[in-house]
Amino acid sequence: MPEQKFPDKLQELKSGAWPSFVKEIENAAQTSPMAKDLYGQLNQSYNEKIGHWKHGGIVGVLGYGGGVIGRYSDLPETWPNVSHFHTMRINQPAAWFYRAEDLRKVCDIWEKRGSGLTNMHGSTGDIILLGTTTPELEPIFNELTAIGFDLGGSGSCMRTPSCCVGPARCEWAMYDTLALTYDLTMTYQDELHRPAFPYKFKFKMAGCPNDCVASIARADMSIIGIWRDEIQIDQDAVREYAERGLNIQSVVVGRCPTRCMAWDSKELFIDNENCSRCMHCINVMHRALRPGNDRGATLLIGSKAPIMEGALLSSVLVPFLEIVPPYDDIKGLVNNIWELWAEEGKNRERVGEFIQRVGLANFLDAIGLEPEPEMIAFPRENPYVFYRTE
Amino acid sequence: MAAEPVKRVTDIGPPHYGKYLPPVVKANYGKWVDHEILEPGVMVHIAESGAKVYTVRAASPRLISVNKIRAYCDLADKYCEGFLRFTSRNNVEFLTAKAENVAPMKKDLEALGHPVGGMANSISNIVHTQGWVHCHSAATDASGIVKSVMDALHEEFTHMRMPGKLRIALACCLNMCGAVHCSDIAILGIHRKPPKVETERLPKICEIPTAVASCPTAAVRPANISGVNTVEVIEESCMYCANCFTVCPAMKLNDAENDGLSIWVGGKVSNARHEPMFSKLAIPYIPNNPPCWPEVVDAVVNIVKIWSKNAQPYERMGEWIERIGWPKFFKMAGIPFSREHIDDFKHAGLTYKRSTHIRF
Repeated sequence: MPEQKFPDKLQELKSGAWPSFVKEIENAAQTSPMAKDLYGQLNQSYNEKIGHWKHGGIVGVLGYGGGVIGRYSDLPETWPNVSHFHTMRINQPAAWFYRAEDLRKVCDIWEKRGSGLTNMHGSTGDIILLGTTTPELEPIFNELTAIGFDLGGSGSCMRTPSCCVGPARCEWAMYDTLALTYDLTMTYQDELHRPAFPYKFKFKMAGCPNDCVASIARADMSIIGIWRDEIQIDQDAVREYAERGLNIQSVVVGRCPTRCMAWDSKELFIDNENCSRCMHCINVMHRALRPGNDRGATLLIGSKAPIMEGALLSSVLVPFLEIVPPYDDIKGLVNNIWELWAEEGKNRERVGEFIQRVGLANFLDAIGLEPEPEMIAFPRENPYVFYRTE
Repeated sequence: MAAEPVKRVTDIGPPHYGKYLPPVVKANYGKWVDHEILEPGVMVHIAESGAKVYTVRAASPRLISVNKIRAYCDLADKYCEGFLRFTSRNNVEFLTAKAENVAPMKKDLEALGHPVGGMANSISNIVHTQGWVHCHSAATDASGIVKSVMDALHEEFTHMRMPGKLRIALACCLNMCGAVHCSDIAILGIHRKPPKVETERLPKICEIPTAVASCPTAAVRPANISGVNTVEVIEESCMYCANCFTVCPAMKLNDAENDGLSIWVGGKVSNARHEPMFSKLAIPYIPNNPPCWPEVVDAVVNIVKIWSKNAQPYERMGEWIERIGWPKFFKMAGIPFSREHIDDFKHAGLTYKRSTHIRF
């Protein structure tokens, strides 16, 4: 490791049962001077308890406004090989499936032209290539597109959409999350690569209410699979669960949030009109219970992390929608939302914050949706109603 | 790779997923009917046709070198007809139709130093951010804390003996790229001092209206200081979110002495049973103590222990705390309750106890 005036604290993070990121940096440092200086600067941070990165400066590839995050060391003389250390976001294939042959090609490009370090994957879903210099950006981009990969989003744009494993390997996928993710990504290439929004806009596609991609917490538009008809029950299989020792009364019936189930040791009864489709009973007794066949998704809008008006969860926009190509109803709605938000949203105001500011009812008027009781947890408690006179 | 492509192409989007699906997945796409978790980190999915696909899930530090990816690719070639995938919690997964491949694959992964697990009632991988490895606004490192916490809790990744799922996430500042706001346990980097305004430099590199507008509490105001048009910070209104620093590098918040961590508990994103919930403040401040952050590790392990000992089957952290009440949680966890725990941002009144439902 590089000579430096600080004790090597990172070595302590090489032992232990969990795989070590320090070993990964060391591995890349065998051939990459950038990775070597990254180690040095990180170790300095560990000693000083402070980060040493600067942001700012517009860097990118020709014709794109995003996909590259400019990053510079504030100690360029000490760690010259990371004086420029830009991140590239590469749009992942839907549900993060890869063919080894193609992934190796990405590795070869990144070993040659970058630090050799990656994140598989970033929080939004992209492949993250950590650390390269400005002159390498165009060649990397050209080599990536030659093998079929493109950049992901950054800045005030549609960010790279992502989804759960969906119908590729899950019996609970209520719609094809991979197909919708790919379609939206391709439909909105311009919105992805050329930031023109007040702030970022994320889509996450989850196949069922278990929401394995955290779409309700992390996406401006959360599209979560759901069904409308009755849960399919195989009573023989239910009895088998009981015979094998599952305490159905306590673990399944007793944990149902709407108390819509009953079990008399022979038959399981579900009052489907009062089922809130939470998935708990299906999760526990998946061999006996299956979602219904009238399948689609709930569209929710507005979730985000705290910056800046506070964290939000997405809330219901369309209680149920069949999800069928070419997805014109979703796209029509999205276009209306983007048009309104682009016009009226403030700089760095997420769509969820925009709705909080203007009010959901006004937002619905503007995008052409009728109010529905499924959109709220409960009606207003205050009497400050702005009545409309005809 | 030597020759540049003749024609520059743009807007091609990602590779179509169809060409990256393993054959057994492609053949049974959308036709899965059931699954079973066979052992920690190993499951089988069964299709209408009777076809089966076995999945082996292994931990990853997320920050990995190209050589590690190549090692994954070699395993994919050896056991999975050249295909592999990653999960939303940054684990790596290998899928195969051959049951006999599972045991050797598991052995190879463990030899590579990547524990197999993270399914069902376990602690899966910690979703986390960049920290000092790559971020300008980080109040702490991410990878080092994740490594230290999972070194202590790795047996809960490789076993399935918890009452329910437990999801831990880490974000190194309030921007929360790791979206920790809905996790069973969230580790959150925090700044505790207002930004230091570089008065002279600020007008040269920042737009003053943008810096002013960036503040959620209107603590940043335009000011003329000794003839320089710049900004000032009303220190008592600042809650150290660093939003101003993100739009204006001349307002640095990073502070070696005062930055640190906070711990939040009881969030979830799944709709199963209880509706999704935000995480709530458990421990307001723990100082940064690299390289192994022992105070953070102890705090997380302690919360995991009391939950796993006391929660009922399938009860997530937040559901358990809602049942026993917050006063009891603080008592059981041995965490002192302080003024920082009481909300004072928007809608704070909704978090006050508005009944006599008190457990004594």
